[in-house]
Amino acid sequence: MIRFDRVSITYEGAPEPVLREVDLDLGEGELCLVVGHTGTGKSTLLGAINGLVPHFTGGTLDGRVTVHGRDTATHPPREFADLVGVVGQDPVAGFVTDTVEEELAYGMEQLALGPAVMRTRVEETLDLLGLADLRHRGLHELSGGQQQRVAIGAALTAHPRVLVLDEPTSALDPVGAEDVLAAITRLVHDLGVTVVMAEHRLERVIPYADRLIWLRGDGSATIGQPAVLLQEATSVPPIVHLGRLAKWNPLPLSVRDARRHAPELRRRLPEQAITAHRQDRTQAGEALAAKDIIVRHGPVVAVAGVGLQLKPGQITALMGRNGSGKSSLLWALQGSGRRDGGAVAVVAADGQHLDPGKVKAAVARRLVGLVPQTASDLLYHDTVDAELAQADRDGATPGTARTVLDRMVPGIAGGDHPRDLSAGQQLALVLAIQLAVTPGVVLLDEPTRGLDYQAKAGLAATLDQLAQAGRAVVVATHDVEFAATVADRVIVMAEGSVIADGPAPTVLTASPAFAPQIAKILSPLPYLTLAQVSAALREEKDDGW
Amino acid sequence: MVAASALLPRALHPVAWWVWAICLAAAASQTSNPLLLALIFGVLGLVVTARRTDAPWARAFKYYLIMALIVIAIRVVFRSVFGTGITAQDTILFRLPRLDMPDWYAGIQIGGPVSLQATLAATIDGMRLACLLCCIGAANSLANPKRALKVLPGALYELGVAVTVALSVAPQLVESVQRVARARRLRAGKSRGLRALRAIALPVLHDALDRSLRLAAAMDSRGYGRTGTASARSRRLTGTLMLAGMAGLCVGVYGLLDPGTPRAMGLAGFAAGTALSVAGLYVGGRRVSRSRYRPDPWRWPEWTVAGCGLLTAFVFYLGTGYDPATLNPGLYPLQWPTLPLIPAAAILVSATAAFASPPPPAPPRSTPPAQRRSPPAATVQGASK
Repeated sequence: MIRFDRVSITYEGAPEPVLREVDLDLGEGELCLVVGHTGTGKSTLLGAINGLVPHFTGGTLDGRVTVHGRDTATHPPREFADLVGVVGQDPVAGFVTDTVEEELAYGMEQLALGPAVMRTRVEETLDLLGLADLRHRGLHELSGGQQQRVAIGAALTAHPRVLVLDEPTSALDPVGAEDVLAAITRLVHDLGVTVVMAEHRLERVIPYADRLIWLRGDGSATIGQPAVLLQEATSVPPIVHLGRLAKWNPLPLSVRDARRHAPELRRRLPEQAITAHRQDRTQAGEALAAKDIIVRHGPVVAVAGVGLQLKPGQITALMGRNGSGKSSLLWALQGSGRRDGGAVAVVAADGQHLDPGKVKAAVARRLVGLVPQTASDLLYHDTVDAELAQADRDGATPGTARTVLDRMVPGIAGGDHPRDLSAGQQLALVLAIQLAVTPGVVLLDEPTRGLDYQAKAGLAATLDQLAQAGRAVVVATHDVEFAATVADRVIVMAEGSVIADGPAPTVLTASPAFAPQIAKILSPLPYLTLAQVSAALREEKDDGW
Repeated sequence: MVAASALLPRALHPVAWWVWAICLAAAASQTSNPLLLALIFGVLGLVVTARRTDAPWARAFKYYLIMALIVIAIRVVFRSVFGTGITAQDTILFRLPRLDMPDWYAGIQIGGPVSLQATLAATIDGMRLACLLCCIGAANSLANPKRALKVLPGALYELGVAVTVALSVAPQLVESVQRVARARRLRAGKSRGLRALRAIALPVLHDALDRSLRLAAAMDSRGYGRTGTASARSRRLTGTLMLAGMAGLCVGVYGLLDPGTPRAMGLAGFAAGTALSVAGLYVGGRRVSRSRYRPDPWRWPEWTVAGCGLLTAFVFYLGTGYDPATLNPGLYPLQWPTLPLIPAAAILVSATAAFASPPPPAPPRSTPPAQRRSPPAATVQGASK
């Protein structure tokens, strides 16, 4: 169906090709997952399938890409519209019309299909993706998961033979992501569409993948069976790490597979983990105390009377579905956002108790630093150096911001444009800017969005450094695995109220649906992270087992 | 045979509403009889209340009405302040303090006596303008502007897409600005001044540019412009025909509306302009092969609505069967205007649009009426879904 014949792609001005001599041959009805770190050419590979690379992006393509016998060298992307459906990361960016039904029909209008065909296909697609109730709704009133399902539906109505999905869930909350991935796997089974997908949440899709394309980062691509390739791949979910550690063969890819192997491992592990899931760096004292916080957005009560105490050196994960009030709470604590009631007291450097909402913005950011969801909103200079210099001018001795940045992510060139950095580097830069004035409390809103496993590990290390330095850290996140590795304490919010607050192991294992993978596999043993399991196994070896 | 299914709730073809509204506007422009103008206002109000939807654009009529009142007020105030052309027969209402202008500025006078006749003339003139404004407002609130763009001929398809995209991008841009301005406080940046402008504009523009590139890529991969290969010759031909057609239309409309120009010249210009434009659109549209999903049908209610409008406009233009002078009653001597029967009847015919058109479709989220009437058990079931 899709054939890559010695394909090399070089972007203009780049010294090295992104992809080098890639050979691929994908059959019909296959679900193929593209894995690799950020910047290894996943999007380039996907874009090459319908000719967006290089027709739209520029660059040089050597070799030949054909889909169903059609060559991308002689056909522009629009002539692949009947063969290849493309769905991007941000569904809203691709919408041309404004209601669900019209969006589904748009592609078919371009293909000049007859009215009767269009009517039936729209009805079919509405049912297939469970969108029938939303047909007349405006696209902008939908939730993220619904929008992404509409985008997939809009690609499907043209009856393409191939569906290309570039990180379809990276902008969605877990429920939305679940919806979308369920829809995709159903499509593969029901319609036999060939699906090529790049995805960060490997743990959710790997069980369904027929083959993996692993981009190693040097331009080469390896294709093979998931269980085989994942033995050596570097960017893998916890379940694969556990499988490797316990030397399970074949490598389990789903929790179900892993649990079949698990009894033997559980027998070997001690009843209680011998190490904590992370080293707790909590200090005595109080960094921030909030009382009865209320935030209203028009008629909606976003935060309904939340009280909160943060200790220095403690990392708190703030969890809950989209719209449960996490962001509103963080913004209210920082003082820049709306706050309709309640009080916040933060201990300043001189020991005074100040309310960040009642002091000037310049003072507030010395008390509480916030990294917003779209971190790049804070960047407006042309170079990294200029951003750092600006951060120093805003109240730090020259060079502070650079030192902070290098401690987190060394080696970001000063001359780079901030917008050209990877998501992880951008996050580090914004964090460095906010930390230059050494606030005692650091809040991060959804920092793990769009980060790969490596970048997440980097972020976890950074947060640990902050805790070591005695900062109180709050991370709003959907990512259970991330929360399990970084958080001492977990707070769960729903409808503006706190519904659970306690030590991470207790809260995260309370309900199996929201537990991290390791906990699901080893339940009822109270293990959260891979490090705990490997420490226990090492101990066992030392005992001469 | 009249099919009753044409009257089931649905949106009337936008062109029908536009023809109806423009014809009423044309009729209003022909008269300065306050009774007739008031009648047109009444018809507009009736039809808009009866047939508009809940959509945001449909709520715009109120703003057109406010604008109409402002137009009338401005007209009256200016006429009173720059009170020129007061004759001996005028009834003076009151006198404003008069500003003496230098000799070289003679001819314009500020202040002075304000006469009843001048004020009335200004009010009626304002009413006429306001009436035109409300006709456009009525069309805008009755016809979904996006569906109206869809009926553009193939040659103007790209223009329609550009407008649609622009309309949906505007709210995103506003959201972007709000988000960045809020984030700016986190760096304790100033939110006013040139520096703040840079700090806010740069991320916002970057966002917008990113978004438009992604949109372009998405549209390309979805087949936009698949068959858009026009030869240079056919493009030139289309351009020439369209330009000539537009010029012809301008001359024609001016000729028809300006009483000083011979009517024949206006008609000829109008006809030639229309013919040229249609030819241009045809030539330009030939290269486009694209189908339309659920186009609005044109059935008898569309004919009726457009027909009523046209009938009204014709009655006002032809001026037969009644005394044309009654359309523009004089203010000297001051008298109560008479209501000419035939023009009044013509305007009332236009009001049938409120009943001849199908009711607008129910808003998507509310329960359909059939379910509301069902027994309580079924309602509970419906609610629990």
